[in-house]
Amino acid sequence: MFLKIAIKSLLNRKGSVVMSLLAISVAIFVLLGIEHIRQQARDSFASTVSGVDLIVGAKTGSLNLLLYSVFRVGTPTDNISWKAYQEIAEGKDVAWAIPLSLGDSHSGYRVLGTTPDYFEHFSFGNKRRLAFVEGEAFEGVFDVVLGAEVARTLGYSLGDEITLAHGVVSTNFSLHENSPFTVVGLLSPTGTPVDQTVHVQLQGIEAMHAGSESGFGGATSYDQRQLEAGQLEPKSITAFMLGLKSRMVTFRLQREINDYSAEPLLAILPGVALSELWQMVGVFESVLRLISMLVLVAAVLGLGAVLLASVRERNHEIHLLRVLGAPSYYLFLLMELEALLICLAGIVLGTACLYLCLVMLGDSLFATFGLHLDAGVFTPDGLVILLFVLAAALTAAAIPSMRVYSQAKSYNVQ
Amino acid sequence: MMIELSGVSVTQPSAPDLSILEIENWSVAYRQTVFVHGPSGSGKSTLLNLVSGLLECRKGGVSVLGERLDHMSRRRRDRFRANHIGYVFQRFNLVHYLNAIENIELARSFSERGDRRTGADSIRPLLESLNVASREWHKPISQLSMGQQQRVAIARALVNRPELLVADEPTSSLDQDNRDTFLSVLMSIIEEHKMTLLFVSHDMGLAQHFTQVQALSGINRVA
Repeated sequence: MFLKIAIKSLLNRKGSVVMSLLAISVAIFVLLGIEHIRQQARDSFASTVSGVDLIVGAKTGSLNLLLYSVFRVGTPTDNISWKAYQEIAEGKDVAWAIPLSLGDSHSGYRVLGTTPDYFEHFSFGNKRRLAFVEGEAFEGVFDVVLGAEVARTLGYSLGDEITLAHGVVSTNFSLHENSPFTVVGLLSPTGTPVDQTVHVQLQGIEAMHAGSESGFGGATSYDQRQLEAGQLEPKSITAFMLGLKSRMVTFRLQREINDYSAEPLLAILPGVALSELWQMVGVFESVLRLISMLVLVAAVLGLGAVLLASVRERNHEIHLLRVLGAPSYYLFLLMELEALLICLAGIVLGTACLYLCLVMLGDSLFATFGLHLDAGVFTPDGLVILLFVLAAALTAAAIPSMRVYSQAKSYNVQ
Repeated sequence: MMIELSGVSVTQPSAPDLSILEIENWSVAYRQTVFVHGPSGSGKSTLLNLVSGLLECRKGGVSVLGERLDHMSRRRRDRFRANHIGYVFQRFNLVHYLNAIENIELARSFSERGDRRTGADSIRPLLESLNVASREWHKPISQLSMGQQQRVAIARALVNRPELLVADEPTSSLDQDNRDTFLSVLMSIIEEHKMTLLFVSHDMGLAQHFTQVQALSGINRVA
């Protein structure tokens, strides 16, 4: 009976109830949505690189090294010599090493010079390996493997010939005209900077520079297809990633590399550097959270206002219920129950909308921002938020509820 | 005695020196139908609120069915009212967003007695005896005529089989025909259920139907 009265009473005041219901739904949508995106962004950020024990580059800040080696952002301060790379890569604790050479671009996308080992060992997310949609890893000097976004935006498919330029600007004049590369592999989307990367062999980078130097003006061009990998040994690379045989030696090796005497090197633990970087992004995260909180506060205050306004028009009802023998707290609880019902309906509506949005927009978000959002809205954190919303709504409703209670209790002498 | 008041004094909370109602001694015997009349503002509603336990009696004694209301806690008075006293007003007798059946069920839900049979089964004969047609039972209250509403209100007041029925100007919103119908239905029900009726009105024309007629000025020393 209690619940029935509450529901019928709400239905009787459809207009204002629907408005506050919508306000609550929007707040839930924003709150859960932001929390969800935050969580997923953090996860996808943290999963940019995994399974790599150390990243080594020229001596610089660890964030800088992380940014240019993993996120392809910014410019390396200095290169490291091929000799130093070989010496460390051949160390007894090292399971595998992937050299990285950056500095060139294709239509605004970074070109990464590396070895086939990259596709073997580099992993992201929960130790996921890079996978090919089509084709395979490069073998020849002029083979190119494209990240998902590069292939999609520039419309390349297997067998296409592309030209690579030195530097990172797409309108670069020093185009390496004589070095046409052929697309041999297309990677599946990862949601990491890999999607925006053009992968070539280290020797390919050397060849295109060699080609442009010797073939300037096209006079002494030669059939570059004849160049064999190995003939073009790079003099230097930008950075390299290391996988170790045992995790136990990570810190020792890191120290050894940092103390490397022949040239100044820096080794970083990707996990540590990533969380350092995320902390810098954390301010933005807090602002988003604060905004969603304020939206909630506004919605909950709106709910309180709607209920408070209803107290006046329900004078007769309150009086009648008292006459029928309803205790004063019954009226208090009735008011709170109405707030609870509005709030629960708002939660259902808001979560359902969010779910639908995630299902419908998931693909385009992934395509546009490389942000992968799964539709699983119901996380333990989300549940905590919903409980918090309920508590907030009940608190806001306590004001009109107290009003009703005291009105019911102090039965006035007319 | 059904109702006994002695040395009662009610004051306005805002003006403690100003009495609204002062009754030295007043009682109503079982199975009486009492008509109390007086101009509006003379304290009629205050008297009814006192008898039904809505208003706390701070000075003097109020007993109904031999139980002292002024000795009860607020919560016990609420329960006592739900169990033993039916109440009918001039208007707003029913929760307007519930239908007739639901209104009566609501009244029953606060009582610990009455007919515990579920659904409309126990309510049906009551509504039938009050000439409320079954097609009106599930209509929203706002779609019922005033006369129908007042009859549903009596059914609501009677569902818990109270010993005392308190009526506060219940006929004032009705036209002459409806008023006569209402009163005759009310009187036959009171007779049938062997109840006591405390009826307050300013309309002296109704006095002839009652066993005991009392001017409020005769019992209230303030008025």
